[in-house]
Amino acid sequence: MFYRENGQFKASYVEDQQILGIRQDRWFIFGLIAFALFAVPYLASDYMFRAVLIPFLIVSLAAIGLNLLVGYCGQISLGHAAFMGIGAYAAYNLVVRFPQLNFILVLVLAGLIAALVGILFGLPSLQIKGLYLGVATLAAQFFIDWVFARVKWFTNYSPSGSVSTAPIEMFGFKFDTPTERYLLVLVVVIVFALMAKNLVRGHIGRSWMAMRDMDVAAEVIGIRPMYAKLSAFAVSAFYAGVAGAMWGFVHLGSWEPAAFSVNFSLNLLFMIIIGGMGSILGSFIGAAFIVLLPITLNQILPVLGGLVGMNFGTALASHMEFMIFGALIIFFLIVEPLGIARLWAIGKEKLRLWPFPH
Amino acid sequence: MRQRNIGDVILDVRNISLAFGGVKALQSISFDVREHEVRAIIGPNGAGKSSMLNCINGVYHPQEGEIVYKGEVRRDMDTHHAAESGIARTFQNLALFKGMSVLDNIMTGRNLKMKTGILAQALHFGPARAEELREREFCEHVIDFLEIQPYRKTPVGRLPYGLQKRVDLGRALAAQPQVLLLDEPMAGMNVEEKQDMCRFVLDINDEFGTTIVLIEHDMGVVMDISDRVVVLDYGKKIGDGTPDEVRNDPEVIRAYLGAGH
Ligand SMILES: Nc1ncnc2c1ncn2[C@@H]1O[C@H](COP(=O)(O)OP(=O)(O)OP(=O)(O)O)[C@@H](O)[C@H]1O
Ligand SMILES: [Mg+2]
Repeated sequence: MFYRENGQFKASYVEDQQILGIRQDRWFIFGLIAFALFAVPYLASDYMFRAVLIPFLIVSLAAIGLNLLVGYCGQISLGHAAFMGIGAYAAYNLVVRFPQLNFILVLVLAGLIAALVGILFGLPSLQIKGLYLGVATLAAQFFIDWVFARVKWFTNYSPSGSVSTAPIEMFGFKFDTPTERYLLVLVVVIVFALMAKNLVRGHIGRSWMAMRDMDVAAEVIGIRPMYAKLSAFAVSAFYAGVAGAMWGFVHLGSWEPAAFSVNFSLNLLFMIIIGGMGSILGSFIGAAFIVLLPITLNQILPVLGGLVGMNFGTALASHMEFMIFGALIIFFLIVEPLGIARLWAIGKEKLRLWPFPH
Repeated sequence: MRQRNIGDVILDVRNISLAFGGVKALQSISFDVREHEVRAIIGPNGAGKSSMLNCINGVYHPQEGEIVYKGEVRRDMDTHHAAESGIARTFQNLALFKGMSVLDNIMTGRNLKMKTGILAQALHFGPARAEELREREFCEHVIDFLEIQPYRKTPVGRLPYGLQKRVDLGRALAAQPQVLLLDEPMAGMNVEEKQDMCRFVLDINDEFGTTIVLIEHDMGVVMDISDRVVVLDYGKKIGDGTPDEVRNDPEVIRAYLGAGH
């Protein structure tokens, strides 16, 4: 059967407005979600959950957040991991101080606190653009890092500066096996990814994209730059905050301030550059790439080395990682700024025409 | 001849002066626009025509003068206020949202009419969904009106220039403006495209009663479709009246001949 919308007539705007216009796409995504929910728990090993799937899902959520700001609204943040840190420490403090709070509520509150801080650090965007805004967000990163390293209240006066969390419990159910944690993260990520998709196809998303594409025209239409930009910072930081809280509680369990350093921020930026600016799907692709590449290299390089009779250590793997990222980022910035998601879309467009090229 | 039903003054520009550093783009310009009329602004390159529109909808803030719009006197306009009180515009150099489809560009033109909050939109439930569908339906009328149905989902950047100009018009129309400012809507078009655009402008004026302020270089077009014409030259107003009056005004003739037209 051909891949195209022919014969799939849309009788109403409701149908035309569906998230995925082509039936095959819809099946593919539903299939993927069903597979992740029902099959993966039986297939994957504990290592797979802990080292690959859980971190992949959580950073995908953070990447979605960053993409809303950078890819959709055209602003920049070089300090997005700091917002994850805010989410993580906010969640930690909420749990320490109000142990009876439901974990989902903790996630949402952590996100809201990150959103407030996001608005604060988004204020410079009303005056400055591009490189200067980038530097301002970098300053935010260092400031927030400093606060969590120095202000003991946030770490509940833990002597080493690192904090550790209790296992997650909700409705009397303990999420302690990797599978249960994976399912928890998966559901949260699916819900928030769908919400992000809804936002970008609604009028708020359009006001973000309008600011990105042509700010004067956007203002003339009546879009308020302040509202558009700060709402993007808020939503984006909210996503980072939720992701950060899960990173701390579900993935790390215990962490130090360095867990949310500028390196992490830059990695998030690489994810959306490689995966695709202005694409929710691209955020997942980019996250998968960045999470999987080091693991794959670590597994493959020694084998390759063995084949040619040389000993490739882990140091080489991490050097290779840098080189491959560097090359890819340069490639995507120059050749395809819209990332892998765009290549995917071009492929689909070709497929829609296939086998009749015109 | 078209049936005309010109009303009272809706927009009155008084003694507007605007300078960029040493460049005096506008020098004490005054003119008025009546409801439902087609008012043209003409003049050689650099005369200050675009700057005038930019003052009217608050992109530029004149150093002197005032703008009276619907009886309200203002020192200068603010873009948001202008948009909210019914002024929309198109741009001389296309200012479309390049990364968006035709439909999304036009829907964005209707953003002011859409009020649901972030949470409702994120959940896409009830009011948010109803609003999106209702406004979508309106935008579909705009798309039908401008005969761009086949390009709905096309990214605007891929359309030929003439169609992009049409989308720009559609984006302005989506706001259901009372006053529509058109900055050279026919520039760079071939004869057929110009005819289409003329037809759209006249239809908008006839069917919706929209007041139109139009900058245009093509004299034939201006004489055909406008009710009254303002002539600017080097930031000064040198003529104002019906097309016939302006055409026979010696000073206007001199400016145009002098400018090599
Ligand atoms: N943003 C700006 N900054 C500096 N100078 C400007 C700006 N906008 C316009 N000008 C100057 O003001 C004068 C009038 O420009 P304007 O664009 O209004 O002319 P115009 O009549 O629209 O010309 P054209 O027919 O070429 O579009 C010109 O000298 C121009 O260089
Ligand atoms: Mg101009």
